[in-house]
Amino acid sequence: MSITKTLLGRRDLADIISTVEFNHTGELLATGDKGGRVVIFQREPESKNAPHSQGEYDVYSTFQSHEPEFDYLKSLEIEEKINKIKWLPQQNAAHSLLSTNDKTIKLWKITERDKRPEGYNLKDEEGKLKDLSTVTSLQVPVLKPMDLMVEVSPRRIFANGHTYHINSISVNSDCETYMSADDLRINLWHLAITDRSFNIVDIKPANMEDLTEVITASEFHPHHCNLFVYSSSKGSLRLCDMRAAALCDKHSKLFEEPEDPSNRSFFSEIISSVSDVKFSHSGRYMLTRDYLTVKVWDLNMEARPIETYQVHDYLRSKLCSLYENDCIFDKFECAWNGSDSVIMTGAYNNFFRMFDRNTKRDVTLEASRESSKPRAVLKPRRVCVGGKRRRDDISVDSLDFTKKILHTAWHPAENIIAIAATNNLYIFQDKVNSDMH
Amino acid sequence: MFARGLKRKCVGHEEDVEGALAGLKTVSSYSLQRQSLLDMSLVKLQLCHMLVEPNLCRSVLIANTVRQIQEEMTQDGTWRAVAPQAAGRAPLDRLVSTEILCRAAWEQEGARPAPGLGDGHTQGPVSDLCPVTSAQAPRHPQSSVWEMDGPRENRGSFHKSLDQIFETLETKNPSCMEELFSDVDSPYYDLDTVLTGMMGGARPGPCEGLEGLAPATPGPSSSCKSDLGELDHVVEILVET
Repeated sequence: MSITKTLLGRRDLADIISTVEFNHTGELLATGDKGGRVVIFQREPESKNAPHSQGEYDVYSTFQSHEPEFDYLKSLEIEEKINKIKWLPQQNAAHSLLSTNDKTIKLWKITERDKRPEGYNLKDEEGKLKDLSTVTSLQVPVLKPMDLMVEVSPRRIFANGHTYHINSISVNSDCETYMSADDLRINLWHLAITDRSFNIVDIKPANMEDLTEVITASEFHPHHCNLFVYSSSKGSLRLCDMRAAALCDKHSKLFEEPEDPSNRSFFSEIISSVSDVKFSHSGRYMLTRDYLTVKVWDLNMEARPIETYQVHDYLRSKLCSLYENDCIFDKFECAWNGSDSVIMTGAYNNFFRMFDRNTKRDVTLEASRESSKPRAVLKPRRVCVGGKRRRDDISVDSLDFTKKILHTAWHPAENIIAIAATNNLYIFQDKVNSDMH
Repeated sequence: MFARGLKRKCVGHEEDVEGALAGLKTVSSYSLQRQSLLDMSLVKLQLCHMLVEPNLCRSVLIANTVRQIQEEMTQDGTWRAVAPQAAGRAPLDRLVSTEILCRAAWEQEGARPAPGLGDGHTQGPVSDLCPVTSAQAPRHPQSSVWEMDGPRENRGSFHKSLDQIFETLETKNPSCMEELFSDVDSPYYDLDTVLTGMMGGARPGPCEGLEGLAPATPGPSSSCKSDLGELDHVVEILVET
């Protein structure tokens, strides 16, 4: 698989990036960070005058979405870190997105202002009242162009819906409702109503001592507004139909792969915990990420995934150390490309991996400063596990586990990817294969 | 804890110098690793970040791991109550991994003031999972004894605290792990309620736990450590503000 990656943008952001999301056209890219800020990038239109600009992404707007809070009842801080951002489908000139921290979801409206009225009769240019004796004729104010101003305002605040930490939000295809999931419950909200939400999944046991499983991620089906899926820490996926009952505790389908007895260890359960689940654009498949693999599931087959890809199987022998330093609990995300033919996920050492479902070939690339020149071709990387070692190989023991790529996003239509590497955001484009194949 | 790494003599009988060595089988490296993993897991559960709510998913996964190890050890027959006086004699090399873990955690926590009442943080896994929760009932007499015993200098004496963890583990029956989440989602009580111990129902308040450190009749298998932990936390907040 030959990839030519061109850098369309690299930004050092003030804080650790905690989420990345393209909007539905790919024109805008939103990032959330640990400090509660949202930074939106906009793709410059490719212009004939500067053919080398290649439609780069530049900062469009920055705003503080969430502030740190203190829960006085529990005497605990509520982190302002943005866990997820989801764009609403655009319905008018304004853009809207939902951003959430552990407890509160907010709906933000982003509008542009590039004109302002001039020629008032009673006010002068600075807005001061005119001396009426100087007004001798009437004029009609006209709109004149001004420098583009992007205004962001919070339109809704959906608070107090969750006791536990929110891990996912997902906008329904009906464009009216959305869901938010925490460790034990999933709530359904109407975008216009903030004082009420409906609980649709509750896996909290009557006796908390019996708690052995939590919800790790959830998403609405892209086309069927009644279907959604949620994943658990035990590696199972549950597809639920909201038409079946008000409380969807009973799943319609349960997707679970039987455990491989030969690979069993004390860490089996931890590494089977699903950290992310994403429906394909077609709606036919689901993509899940657990600690060592990404799996593709067919909605029509519950027994096992149809495809399994090893992300970094060389870590299997190091699970004890990774448990000790807590890396085993890292939650990696996964992504589909626009045509559902390639899947992508992050790994350690600022590596990210792509798997072509058709050719069955895969590649490991690195998001680093060295490769961040604008037209740099990203060189495939290789991790060697002993045995013959090629020149640029990295050995497993030299991997930097503090450099983890947890958040990645793929443009909905083109081969453009956004990779969050700690404080840095990299945006790469595949120039050779610009269009989806 | 009985000492690891000691092999039984090939001679037929041997005297039990310490009660704990009776029936000691040859320790396999698997057992060692398993024990080390268990220790590490318990320390992880104990060392929750107090300012921000602990990650529930991580806690559940670690607790499940501990449960698995316990079950296996129960089946093996290697899980049994050991006389308390044998505790604390585990060779240091076995604790290396946990030591590093503890040291790193304590360095992080070093900035925080040491708990005034001492008992707050050097307890078994049950209490610290969710620091501010409703008080649980009766105390475990063994635990009470142990808490009264040891000096409460600071959290840096990890030997002591790990001993206490082992103690908690050994003197309780294997079902102690179920209590891990007993307090996670209890309704929140305000300070008055907590301090005056008006909990309602059959659960006595934390003050009773504090006063009644003398051994009492064994109640249901929950620890008074959670009472003390909470009370300490509450008082710490009061003192800091």
